[in-house]
Parts: sequence; structure tokens; C-alpha cells
Amino acid sequence: MMDRRLWREPSFDLMGKVLQINWLYVLLLCCLAGVGYVALYSAGGGSPEPYATRHAMRFAFGLLVMLAIGLVDIRVIAKLAWPAWLGGVVLLVLVLRMGHVGKGAQRWLELGPLQMQPSELMKLALVLALAAWFHKASWQRMGNPLFLIPPLIAVLIPVGLILKEPNLGTAAITAMLGACMFFAAGVRWWKFLLVTLPIPLLAQFVYGHLHDYQRARIDTFLHPESDPLGAGYNIIQSKIALGSGGMWGQGFLQGTQAHLDFLPEKQTDFIFTIIGEEWGFVGGVAVMALLGLIIVGGMLIALRCRHQFGRLVALGISCNFFLYVFVNIAMVMGVIPVGGVPLPLVSHGGSAMLTVMVGFGVLMSVHVHRDVEFPTKREDG
Amino acid sequence: MKRDVERTGVFTRRALLLLGGQLAVLGTLGSRLYQVQVREGARYNTLADENRISARMIAPPRGRILDRFGTPVAGNITNWRAVLVAEQADNVKATLDAFSALLPLSEYERVRIDRELHRRRKFIPVLVKEFLTWDEMAAIEVNAPDLPGIAVDAGTSRSYPFGSQLAHVVGYVAPPNEADVADDPLLALPGIRIGRAGMEKYHDLGLRGRAGAVQFEVNAVGRIIRELDRQEGIQGEDVGLTIDSGLQLSVLNSLGDESASAVVMDCRNGEVLAMATNPSFDPSVFNSGVSQAQWLQWTNDRRTPLINKATSGLYAPGSTFKMAVALAGLESKAITPADRINCPGYLDLGGTRFHCWRKGGHGMLNLRGGLKNSCDVFFYEVARRTGIDHIATMANRLGLGVELDLDLPGQRTGLIPTREWRIGQGHAWNIGDTIVSGIGQGYVQVTPLQLCTYVSRVATGRVVQPHLTRKLAGVLQPGVEPDDWPMLGMTDKMLNNVREGMWAVVNEAGGTAPQARLADPSVQLAGKTGSAQVRRVSRELRESGHFDSDKLPWEYRPHALFVAYAPYDAPRYAVSVVIEHGNAGATAAGPVARDIMAATLRRDPANRSVSPSAQVADARP
Repeated sequence: MMDRRLWREPSFDLMGKVLQINWLYVLLLCCLAGVGYVALYSAGGGSPEPYATRHAMRFAFGLLVMLAIGLVDIRVIAKLAWPAWLGGVVLLVLVLRMGHVGKGAQRWLELGPLQMQPSELMKLALVLALAAWFHKASWQRMGNPLFLIPPLIAVLIPVGLILKEPNLGTAAITAMLGACMFFAAGVRWWKFLLVTLPIPLLAQFVYGHLHDYQRARIDTFLHPESDPLGAGYNIIQSKIALGSGGMWGQGFLQGTQAHLDFLPEKQTDFIFTIIGEEWGFVGGVAVMALLGLIIVGGMLIALRCRHQFGRLVALGISCNFFLYVFVNIAMVMGVIPVGGVPLPLVSHGGSAMLTVMVGFGVLMSVHVHRDVEFPTKREDG
Repeated sequence: MKRDVERTGVFTRRALLLLGGQLAVLGTLGSRLYQVQVREGARYNTLADENRISARMIAPPRGRILDRFGTPVAGNITNWRAVLVAEQADNVKATLDAFSALLPLSEYERVRIDRELHRRRKFIPVLVKEFLTWDEMAAIEVNAPDLPGIAVDAGTSRSYPFGSQLAHVVGYVAPPNEADVADDPLLALPGIRIGRAGMEKYHDLGLRGRAGAVQFEVNAVGRIIRELDRQEGIQGEDVGLTIDSGLQLSVLNSLGDESASAVVMDCRNGEVLAMATNPSFDPSVFNSGVSQAQWLQWTNDRRTPLINKATSGLYAPGSTFKMAVALAGLESKAITPADRINCPGYLDLGGTRFHCWRKGGHGMLNLRGGLKNSCDVFFYEVARRTGIDHIATMANRLGLGVELDLDLPGQRTGLIPTREWRIGQGHAWNIGDTIVSGIGQGYVQVTPLQLCTYVSRVATGRVVQPHLTRKLAGVLQPGVEPDDWPMLGMTDKMLNNVREGMWAVVNEAGGTAPQARLADPSVQLAGKTGSAQVRRVSRELRESGHFDSDKLPWEYRPHALFVAYAPYDAPRYAVSVVIEHGNAGATAAGPVARDIMAATLRRDPANRSVSPSAQVADARP
């Protein structure tokens, strides 16, 4: 193939790869983790203990993991896509069977000292698997509806298992992530309409066949204000804290609301509130801009990649990051119901941080190997 | 190659579209942040500075309980009460001391208030005193400045318009205990009540409803500045009973002062129209707590006012059991309707002489005659031929000695003995045990509700289950149509043998209960008497000729029972009456059952969907 010769093969010695790493992107991630350090320092009552130091150490470890994965050939990662998907499904089944029940849902699996949330790993594995599938897809094959059935099943199985935990929020995020992948792969518009239109009807049907207690659970999820002293209490307090920040904020370590314990789970899900209270609207927007830059950076990596697999993987990981950010910030501002989703690289919490960094590692591998020869066999033949 | 370029083009367009969308969403969140932090910032800032928002849950009104015609039998009345919100009091102890000076609080109340204050979150009001009179409220309002944290609010309290007359069916409510509160935070609210007995207990969850909430903006001292948001609670569901309250009063009237119980059922669908127990108690007493003296009085009363005799009183059925024995004999082919058995007044078996109630005996009788005369020897012989296990199986099928599918907590199962049961107790089964079971004595124990169910099943041939719930939240529940209930699996021909016997008991010359005949000759009642000994009558006493149960002390006299259904040709209502220590079924229970049946037929509750208002009015006490 003529065009192949035009592609620039990067030198495959280690030093060459290290030079290929997108160090600007790594810097952005370090900035975000730095924001997390400052916010957690404040959440710890003006002390690096108990949150900030551990956050920094975890990030350092995650950074090493990310760089290591970034040096792994993307074609090797592609081969691992479906095994990873299968592994993710097995873990989801395991968590249903023997998972730790926390806050009314089985989400955590204990592996020795490590606690993990398989649904987070599953999202990454799903991105890889879908990318591997659509990598093979020609424009013509994309037009064949039968070709879309296996990847649809690959999305629905984990979504169903996560729903069963039950974790409606993560299941919805996973489904949306799958939809983004389908969309970017070039599935026709009308097919999206065909799939999304029956969803309200289906939801109504399922709702009608649930037990009363299950229905109550969904009702509470959809209408947290019906429980003003429970979930709604958090939202009210969070909004008060944000509002008291005003334009310029109360100042570092001056946020009374957060420090007076009005704010629940301030070091995890509600970390953005601390930022908003202490640094005001200006600080909040700055952090949101940083998050936006990271999303744009990920998308740019996707656009610059010369093979479909890499493009889709980079897009999927960026979309996943975006969905995290959106759900967390929207929740903190009371736009959507509380979902128990942390703000990546800012919130306190080890296993979520590691999963996010593994994802960025894969993204980096895409970047490093953006120009490698990774043809679709059928199209070449 | 061309395709790949095309694919890349699609990807690029769509990736940019996604990115654009995501940035737009982030932008929207940013503008929302501006709204919350800058535009509304001042308001939130004030809230933050002054400690802000105080939320208070409000208890929902408890659902009502209505009779079948919509007359309330349990409702809510306003209850003025003083509550203390710890968050709003500078010094809780000082406030309570000041309150005691106005309205004395007992040591016991102080301990309870302290306990609740410790246990609950500071913004949840704790009940200080309830059922305030107008004067007491005025005293609190006038002294409000000295009582920071104290507020008077209107709660609801349970009222029972029929009081003791429906106490055992409706049940009662009482304050929840700590274990209950752990289950549902709604129960932590002051003044909330939890169903402790009867329908109040069975339907408690539905009756409770859902809590509402008020959010207040409060200032630094905790005074409410204004209400920010209010969500009304959702009132609990109304429960509609099958009971006809008017008929219930009429049945109680018929029972008079006896320690007794009566059940009236729609025998086609098992709806319980009246369930009366005498004596009874006042259920509203539990609302505020029962005094020790009252409690002792109830528990020491040998007429057991707290026990629902209809579902939890166990009695030997006596001769009312004979229909079950007869059907067991017929079905197992141990006897035929035409078989004739001689009654010389006694049966000798295994060295024991079993007596008939009639000293001289009845002579030759067939099944119809055996039932009509209630001949004991006839049924000794039927039981001997049939065997206890067939009898027990049949009795269970007819609803005796089994747990009924009843929606009222606390029913007792009673017992129909079997060989296996007796062996399980470590004894052998004797033939004499079978013989006395044949006339419903010995170990046999049933409840009045089981008897009524049993008669309904014999009368209709359907396995109806007694139930008290007719409507929930205004929706008719299944079980209203006779076809909702399965058939017994016995032919009408077989059942008619005992139905005719029951008819003869009341309507034929020489039957044992002519007293139970209805005054209106166009409607006929079929029934059966029963007298259940509570103590074995010794042979010497019987042979001395001086045996007269009327002269026995009250607690040794036999129970009087009567079961009946009517109209004979188209069964609609079944009645069972048990009068404790009433001596003879025919004379004590028969006329009561007749009066109840006459009242039932006159009111005809099963065929009337809405009560004429006049009757509702006179149903109110």
C-alpha cells in the first residue's frame, strides 16, 4: 500500500517512545491532581493529613502506571481488548455474588487489601472492546445492521449487570459511553433514533413489573427531594456552601461551611464544593476550564491518530472522563440527583484514581503509537 | 483506501460534534455555577452565615379505617401538643424547668424527654406534652419568651367512633418503641402512632403514609424567619372493611352481657360482616398509654376482655362438630346415608361406657335422624367406623383446626387430634379418643371464626376464607365473587345429607333447636347446637341423678354453641355463636343465633352496596 510508506514509523527504542509521550498532557493531569491536593489539604482542616499526602502518593504511583502503559504497543493492547471485556464481565458477576454491600448496593469487590469497583474497570474494557470491533468496520459494513448486533450485546451485558447491583447511575453512564462509541464509529443517525425512541416505553414496562420496594428505590433516585433530610440534605448544604463562595471565594482554608461539617462527604463526592466555597466562582470556572482542556487534549489525540482503533479508544476514554466530570459537578450543583461519582484526580479515593490513570495510560499509548501501521485486514485485502 | 479516508472523515466530523457538545455542557454548568455562586450568592451567603436552613419533617395523617358502607370506624382528631426543638433552645434543661413550672411534668415524662433528646437529631422536635387543653395552650403562648424552643403544634390522634364495639377487629395504635424507630425514621416524629393490634396492625404500613417536610430559614438564635419550602405528607391509605358496623352493634346487642363471641359471614365469599366479642375494651386508651391499674383489671378478668374470642378463643366444638364427622364417614364410605344405628343410650367399648346425652337412648336412627336428634351414640359409632385420621382430614378441609387465610393478626389454630399428633406427645392413641372426638370433645379445639368458616363451606361447597379487608385506598380487593374461591370437591348430593340434617334440627318437629326457628316462615335457617363440657362429668355424679349443670359454678358450666346458615335453599349468611359457660347450646346460643340471623337478613349487608343514610346514622353510637 502506497500510503503506508508515507506514514512515519516511530523508532521503537524506549528512548524514542519516551520522547513521543505527550508531556503537555501529562502536565495538565499534574495540574488537576495539584488542585486535588490543595482542596484535600483544606478538607483535612488545613493539614496534609489525612487526605492530601495520600492523594499525592497515589497520584505519583498512578503516574508511573500511566507512563508504563503508555509505552506498551497499542496493537498489543488491542489484542487484550476482548479478554479484558470478558474479565470485566466476570468481575461484575463476582461482585454480584460476593461483593461488599456498601450503601445498599453491591459495588465493591475485595481483593486482599485492595478494594475495587469492577464497573469502573468495565467501562475501560468496554471502550477497548468496541474500538477493536469497529476497527474492522468498513463504511459499507457499518451499514449492515447485523454487524451492529454483537457490539450492542457487548454494551448491554455489562449495563445489565451494573443495573443489577443496583447502580442506576453508573449503568446509565456506561450506556451513554457505549452510545458515544457507536456514534463516533459512524453508525447512521436514524439507527440511534430507532434504538433510543423505545427506551421510555421499555422503562415504563420494566417499572410496571418491579416490586414496590424496587420502585421506591427508583423513585428516591429520581426525586431525592422527597427525602429532604437524606440525599436532599446534602444537596441543600452543598448549594449553600457554593453560594457562600460568591465571585472571589472565602479564601484558602476560610470556607466555614465545609469546615463546620455541614458538608457531607466533602473529601470525596463533594470536593468541588470546597473549591467553589474557598476560591469562588473564579476558582470553580478555572478548574472547569482545566477539566475542559484535558477533554480537548484527549480528543485531539483521537483526531491525530491514524488508525481507527486508536481514534476510538482515545475518544472513548475522553468521553468517559467527561461523563465523570459532568455527573459529579452537576450533582454538586443539584442539577441531577446524587450519584456517588467522584471528581477524577481531585476526589479522595485510591481505586478510582488508579482506574482513571490506567485509562490515561492507554490514551497515552494511543498517542505514542498514533502513526503505527495498524491496518484493517479486510480492507487491505 | 478511499473508504478509509471516508471513514476518517466521518470520525473527525462526529468527534468534533461530540467535543462541541461536551464543551457546551460544561459551559452550561459554568453558567449554572455563576447563577448559584454569584447571582444567588448573597442569599446563600446569608443562610451560610446565620446557620441557614432548618428542616422539619411533618407527620402524615394516618389512613382511616371504614366499614363496608364507608362509615369511619377509625379516624383522626386534632391533638394539640407542645414540642421542643433542641436546636432552637439555648438551654434545654432551663426550658424544660420553665415548662414544668407551668404544666407539671412527671419524673417519668422527664426521663422520656431526655432520652429522646439524646437519641434524635437536633432539628427533630421532641414531644413534651400532648392532648393540651385550651387553657394549657394559652398558658404556653403567654409565656413563650421564657420557653425558647417550645412550640405548640396540631398533631392528630386516633379516634375510634365505635370504641369497644369494634376494638378487637380494628385494633389500636400506640407510640412506637425504639426498635420500631430504627426501622423507619418517620416513626421518630412526635405523635406518630403505630398499629399494635387488629387491622391497625395488619395494614400498618399502608395506613402510615409518607412524611412531608418543611424547610425553614432560621436566624442565629434559631427563630424561624420564614418558610422556604413545604411538602405535605401523603395521607395513609384508607382501609375498607367487610364489617357492617350497624350489624356489629346489633350482634353485640344480641350477645347481651354474656362472655361470648359471634361471627357473621357472607358464606358465599368469606366476607366477615360482624365479629363480636364480649366483653371488650376501649382502644383509644392505648393512644396515650395504659395505666397499671387498668391493665391489671383487664388481665385479671376471667372474662378476658383483651382477647378476641372469635379468632383466639379455643373451645371444644361439641355437637357442632358432627357435620364434619358425618362427611368424613360418607366420603370414606364408612357409612351411607341410609345406614341405621341403634342408640340404647350408651355405647360400651373397651370396658368403658360412653353415654348419649339422652338417658333412654334414641332407638334406630339414620344419618339425618342422628343429626336432627344430635344423638351421641350414633356419632360414636360413625367415628369408630371412620377412624380419627379421616375425621381430622375432613375437619381441616372444612376449616377447623387449621390456620385460616385471615388478615387479622393473632388467630389461633386450635387442634383436631390425629394419631400422629398423640404419638408425638408420647402417648398411644386409644379408641376412646376417637369416640369422644366423634362428638367434638376430648382434644378437639376450634375458634368461633373457624366454626363460621366451616358452616359456610358446608353450606356453599366452596373453600371460602374469612377476611376483613374489602377495599384498600378505595379499590375493591379480590375475593368478592364466589368464583374467586375454589370448590371443596364434594358433591352437593353428599353435602345435602348433612344440610338436610341441619334443617331438621331447627325446622322439624322433634329437632334439638326449635328455639332457633326464624319468625318469618318464608326464610328457613339450618343450624346445629353444641354444648361443650369444660370438665369431665364423673359417672357417680351422672348416675346419682343430681347432675344439673345450672347449679355448677360459672367456670365449670359447659360452653353453649350454635352454628347456622340461611336461607336454607340459597345460603347467603353463616353465623356462629359461642357463649362461654352458657350451659346448653339450644337454649342459650340458639335464640341468640336466631336473632343475629334475623338482623342480618333484615339488613342484608351483602346485597346492599350503599347504606341508606338513616341506617348509617343509627349505626353511630
